[in-house]
Parts: sequence; structure tokens; C-alpha cells
Amino acid sequence: MDMDIRIPIGLLFAILGAILAVYGFATASDTALYARSLGTNINLLSGIPMAVFGVLLLLFAYRSAKKQNLKN
Amino acid sequence: MTEHYSLSLIDYSIMAIYFIFVLGIGWGLKKYMKSSSQFLEGGRNIPSWITGLAFISANLGALEVFGMGASGAKYGLMTAHFYLIGAIPAMIFLALFMMPFYYGSKARSVPEYLKLRFNEKTRGFNAISFAVMTIFASGISMFALARLMEVMLHWNFNYSILASAVIVLVYTYLGGLKSAIYNEVLQFFLIVAGFLPLVYIGLQDVGGWDGLTQRLNEVAVQKGYASGTWSSMWHYTGSAASNPMGIDWIALVMGLGFVLAFGYWCTNFLVVQRAMAANSMSGARRTPLIGALPKMFLPILVIVPGMIAMALMASPDKGLLLIGNNGQADYNMIIPTMLVHYYPTGLLGLGITALMASFMSGMAGNVTAFNTVFTYDIYQSYINRGKSDEHYLLVGQFATIAGVAVSVAAAYAAANFNNIMDFLQLIFAFVNAPLFATFMLGMFWKKTTGNAAFWGLLAGTAAAALHYSLTIAEGKGGWFGTLVEYPSGMAQGFWTAIYAWTACFVVTVVLSFVTKQLKSDDDLRGLVYSLTPKTYDEPGIPWYEKPVVMASVIGGISILLTVIFW
Repeated sequence: MDMDIRIPIGLLFAILGAILAVYGFATASDTALYARSLGTNINLLSGIPMAVFGVLLLLFAYRSAKKQNLKN
Repeated sequence: MTEHYSLSLIDYSIMAIYFIFVLGIGWGLKKYMKSSSQFLEGGRNIPSWITGLAFISANLGALEVFGMGASGAKYGLMTAHFYLIGAIPAMIFLALFMMPFYYGSKARSVPEYLKLRFNEKTRGFNAISFAVMTIFASGISMFALARLMEVMLHWNFNYSILASAVIVLVYTYLGGLKSAIYNEVLQFFLIVAGFLPLVYIGLQDVGGWDGLTQRLNEVAVQKGYASGTWSSMWHYTGSAASNPMGIDWIALVMGLGFVLAFGYWCTNFLVVQRAMAANSMSGARRTPLIGALPKMFLPILVIVPGMIAMALMASPDKGLLLIGNNGQADYNMIIPTMLVHYYPTGLLGLGITALMASFMSGMAGNVTAFNTVFTYDIYQSYINRGKSDEHYLLVGQFATIAGVAVSVAAAYAAANFNNIMDFLQLIFAFVNAPLFATFMLGMFWKKTTGNAAFWGLLAGTAAAALHYSLTIAEGKGGWFGTLVEYPSGMAQGFWTAIYAWTACFVVTVVLSFVTKQLKSDDDLRGLVYSLTPKTYDEPGIPWYEKPVVMASVIGGISILLTVIFW
């Protein structure tokens, strides 16, 4: 395989998820900001699963790369 | 009055990071683009979970996000027919019965299959109409994106066109089809992440699924339909008058489920190309099946927001105002409107990035299908045969640039002459509607002759044009008079397709009896069902990867969904 697509996707999701989660955490007390989303801190709420998804993809990619190395 | 939307630094950063990754994928694949097959066919070595997600993502473009949101509001849950009966049976059929001939034959494209099975002129007709169609589809996506950014964020229209053209060009030029496919997978996940929170907040706003259906019941009654019309799929399809789509179950099953769905999913090279890039025969056959699984659930992302918007607009206290066109509410704007209505800074950047991703995947998909058909089916067949592979690689790269350039022109044509684009889309509908009859006969009846196929296709196209000219719906059609008036443009479209398919089928069968079969059984081996060995998949694949097993599971889930939301 030329490129394991799980690496860029995992990396992107980990980065974007972390940005959203950190921003959500930092603005948690800003009720005006979250008036739009009906009071839900939707940044934190979407950032965390996105980051988790990204890290999972990276883990899978890492595991199969290791397997590949053992074979060679 | 529209609310004012502006993005802040964090939104722009999210967008910028995304574009860095998109271009980075193209850059990372650049060094593998050494042959025309690598560039135009993706090297045929891609795992099926990737081609499967690309298979549906290439289709998840501007028209889908705009059109399905709008239809979700106007017609309610009936719109989900486009995802169940309008996609799943065709995708299963493609996987089980048609993919062996696409992947197993020497064909590198759908038009090339027509050449091998029939003759040069059938291929030429399909290749040229397809090439023109993809360019205009890409141009329309580009136009829609630029217009959206202009209306929503007051971005400059010309800069948006230029920026999207350059980005798509760079990553398709660098990494070819593989880059487009990889990016489609990335875009798929991004669209899910960008739209899912919308559904979550929206449903909270209307009081959950129960609150949504209750409000929609009131809307239905107000509009003069039975109370449950907006939240059921089949229940009100007994007669065309009892649902807002204006369609009965016969038109739904035959027009959408059979002619249009099979015509699109089984013969459109834009999607078939993704499956043909898979790394094995069983991988190619799994591609539509892997795509079918998320496909069944996409209505949650694109139709439910439309339904929520309809419910909210019926309750003025909720304050949802559609972004309009010159003060007129524009249903196409439902999903963008809801993004800016609900999303705070941060997630707003992600939501808008997801919108851009969806439009660009549509553009890139069309560009990569165009350059393949242009290089192999037009250039190599009619303009310059027998050159070295490096020559065709160069032509493929040049076609990519030219394709994007012409798309830009098409985008401006769409901006200036709205009617021309409507007209063109109509012509493409006429050309496409009968196509599945030609493929079905070609693949499953070895007596079908090349001449019969060609004239059958023309007859089907003529029948579509004639039917449209003699019927009228929403003030459209009826150029030669009005024999029938349909309650909606959708109904007219479905019936146009049914007539086109039937004309093509009948003419092809009749002509096959009176014209001579110029191909011997040997020529047709691997192209026709009865002349091809029935063991397609390579030995030793586990049972759960067998296409038949997967198809049964997909079929079962879609039946279950149909029953639940009947």
C-alpha cells in the first residue's frame, strides 16, 4: 500500500477534535456563546468523540504497520 | 431580516487545517503517479472499505445536501425513498450481478465496456454525453458553493470559484483518482462529524422524534393531507393525490426504484469507477455493499434536518428564517441556514468546512471520471491511438486541468443563464434514462446486437424527450402540447424515465432479432452472463466478506427500516 489513509484522517480528526474540545472547555461558562445551541456546550460535546475517533484510527494504523514490519 | 454571520479565527483555523490535509494527501500520492493506470484507475489496489465509502461520498455532493434537505421539508420522510428503494436494490444488483463484468473484463471505464460488448458508436455516444455531463455537474457544484458562501458569509463569488477550482485541481492533478478517492473518505467522515450535531440540537429543539412528528402532523393537516403524511414512507402512496410528492407506489417502484436507481448506481461511471479501483474482484463487489450500509442511514443527516426545519418554520416563536434569495425563502438553503442558526463559534467552522468538503468531493468525483473517459474513450479511441503510456498519462493530466477550467466556465454559465443549466440537466436526464435497459440486455442476453443497442439508446432518449414534451408539471414541459398533467416535477421525471426505459428495451429487443450479431461467443466471454464462469471471487475469503452474505445483511436491514418507518 502506498499510503495508509487512516493516518491522515486520524490525525485530522485528532487535531480538530482537540481544538474543539479545548475551546469548548475554555468557553464552558460563556452562556451567550452557547445560547444558539440551546445551552449545550456542543463544541466540547462534538470535540471529544471526534478526537477519540481520530486516535482510534491512528492506533489501528499503528497496529497494522507493526504487523507489516514483523512480516518483513 | 437575516441574522448576521461571521466567522472568527478558530473557525478559519479549522477550515485551513482541513485544506492542508486535503492538499497533503494529493502531495503524498504524487510520487506513485507513474502510469496512466495509476493516475486514471487508482492502480486498482485500494481496499474495499475505502472504495466503499468513496462510492457513496462521490455522490454526496451539492445536489444531495441542497436537494435532500429541501425535499425533506417539502415531502417529509418520503424523501428517504431515494436512499432505500432508490439506491439499495440497485447497489446490491451492481455488486452481485454486474460488477463481475465491469471488473473482470478488460474495460477501464463504463463506455469501454460498451465498446467491448457492442460497438464503437455506442461507446462514442455514451462517452461524449458522459464527459459533457460530468463537466457541467462539476461546474454546478462550483457555482452552488460560491453562491452559498456569498449569501451566507458575504464572500466574494469570483474568489470562491477560483479557490475551490484551484484546490480541487491541485489534489486531483497531483494524486489522480486515488487522491480523489482518499479525499472522499476523509470528506465522508467530516460530513458526518459536521452535520450530526445539527440533528442532535435540532431534535432537542422540536422535542425529540415525537415532538417532530407531532408538529409535522399539524403541518400536514394544514396543507390538506392526512396527519401522518410527513413521517411515513409508504403509507400514503396508494394514490398520487394523497402525498405532497404527487407520486403513487407504481411510479415509485418502477420509476425511482427500478429505472432511475439502476440507471444511476449501475451504469454511471462516476460511482462505478470507485468500485473498479478496488484491489480484487471480491473487493470490487463488496464496494457498493460497504457503501450501502452508511447510505441507509444518510437520511438522518440530510433529510431529518429538512423535516426539523419544516416543523420549526410552522412555529414562528422558534425564529428560524431561511436564508433567502432576494427575500424569497429558499428551501435549498435549509441545511446551511440551520448550521448558522444553531452552531456557535468553533463548531460553525467545522460545519461550514463539512459543507465545502461535500461540494468539493462532488467536483473532484466528476473531474476524475471525466479525465478517464476523455483519455481512454475519446482521445485514445478517436484522436490519437497507439501512443506510449507516458503519452496518455500526460493527456490524463492535461484533461484534469482542462476539465477544471471548463467547469469554471460552466459555473459562470450557471450564474448568468439559469435556464441553460436547467435545459442541459434535462437533456442529460433524457440520455441517461434508457441506459440501464441497454446494459441489462447487453449483460444478460447474448443475442443483443451492437446496432440494436445503439438505436435502442437513441429511441429511449427520443421517447424521454417526447414524453416530456407532451406532459406538463409545475409549468414545465409540454412543448408540443399537454396530454397529461402531473402533480409534481418529480412525478413527471419518474414517468419520463419509465417511458424512456421501455422504449429502449423494446426497440433493442426487436432490432436484435432483425440485425446480425457481429460478435462471436468468444468475443463476449467475460462480458455476458451466460458465457462467463460463475465463480467470481478469489478462493479463501472469509464467509463474512462474501458478497452474497453481505448483500443479505444489507437487504435485511433495509427491509427492517422500511417496515419501521412504513
